[in-house]
Amino acid sequence: MKRAVLLTMLAVLFVLGGCSAPQHRWKLTDVRGHLPDLAFTLTDDTGRVVDAHAFRGKLVLLYFGYTHCPDVCPLTLTHLHVLMQRLGPLADRTRVLFVSVDPARDTPALLHAYVNAFDPHITGLTGTPAQIEALAKRYRVAYNRGPTLPGGGYEVAHSAGIYIFDDRGRARLLATDADPISAIAHDVRVLLGAAP
Amino acid sequence: MLALAAALLASPAFAAAITVQKPWVRWLPAGLPAAGYATLVNGSDTPVSLVGARSPDYGSVMIHRSLDRGGMERMVMVNAIPVPPHSRAALAPGGYHLMLMQPRHAIRPGMRVSVRFEFSDGSTIDVAMPVRPANASG
Repeated sequence: MKRAVLLTMLAVLFVLGGCSAPQHRWKLTDVRGHLPDLAFTLTDDTGRVVDAHAFRGKLVLLYFGYTHCPDVCPLTLTHLHVLMQRLGPLADRTRVLFVSVDPARDTPALLHAYVNAFDPHITGLTGTPAQIEALAKRYRVAYNRGPTLPGGGYEVAHSAGIYIFDDRGRARLLATDADPISAIAHDVRVLLGAAP
Repeated sequence: MLALAAALLASPAFAAAITVQKPWVRWLPAGLPAAGYATLVNGSDTPVSLVGARSPDYGSVMIHRSLDRGGMERMVMVNAIPVPPHSRAALAPGGYHLMLMQPRHAIRPGMRVSVRFEFSDGSTIDVAMPVRPANASG
């Protein structure tokens, strides 16, 4: 009880004194505590079965898309490529995970060619429909296959968010296509403990 | 002078209302569908629409539009892209684009692909579209 009172007083003093714990003004949406830690079992673009622990120690940017997506997915992956260039050496402490919402067409080999056309810091991930659905549901990501187009193709509507996890796999921030690259770069640098 | 003569010879019987500027294609590997972009400029007093496109380099070309609806990214086929008089319309990443499918031969960055733009006034314009790398910003 005494301890609680003391803590409260300390908190009041901190607030009054304007010296509260350092609060970074995130430019992206702070999702800490609102989304679960990164967890999945999928197949990477080299054909290896991986789980989220394979990426512990790196800041992870998680994005859902598919290779037969010529406009929006390349735009986002190009933004992430520019982000990696701006991060310089810090890029090696981050990993972009591009999770296919179209496992019927996205083989590891196709994903490998696709993600490497954008940036070497991107890993493509695919899996069974159940494995992908489990990860998408975990982050409330929606996707659905559209009708078959002339020529036999189809598109897959999907959520456009970029989920950012710290190096311990904790969900921290959510970015969208509308966020400028500078905002993502700022927050990634802060998360990595570097000067923004 | 030679260039001018060539331009005159290449021009259609009537002056096209539209010009196609800054064309490019975003290359993707493995023969995946690729997106084509350009700015359509209407210098005339009448509205003109892009109503179709075809290419000897691709088996199929469609006009698509990416839409962001409530955080969901989706693509829709469109029949026409209107270009108002003395105005322009952009085919640009995240919006209108040409969906270039079933390449007839291997296409690589640095090449040019030929696309015929077809307009509502009956005019067509053949455009040599430079192919840029997948991660090109424009």
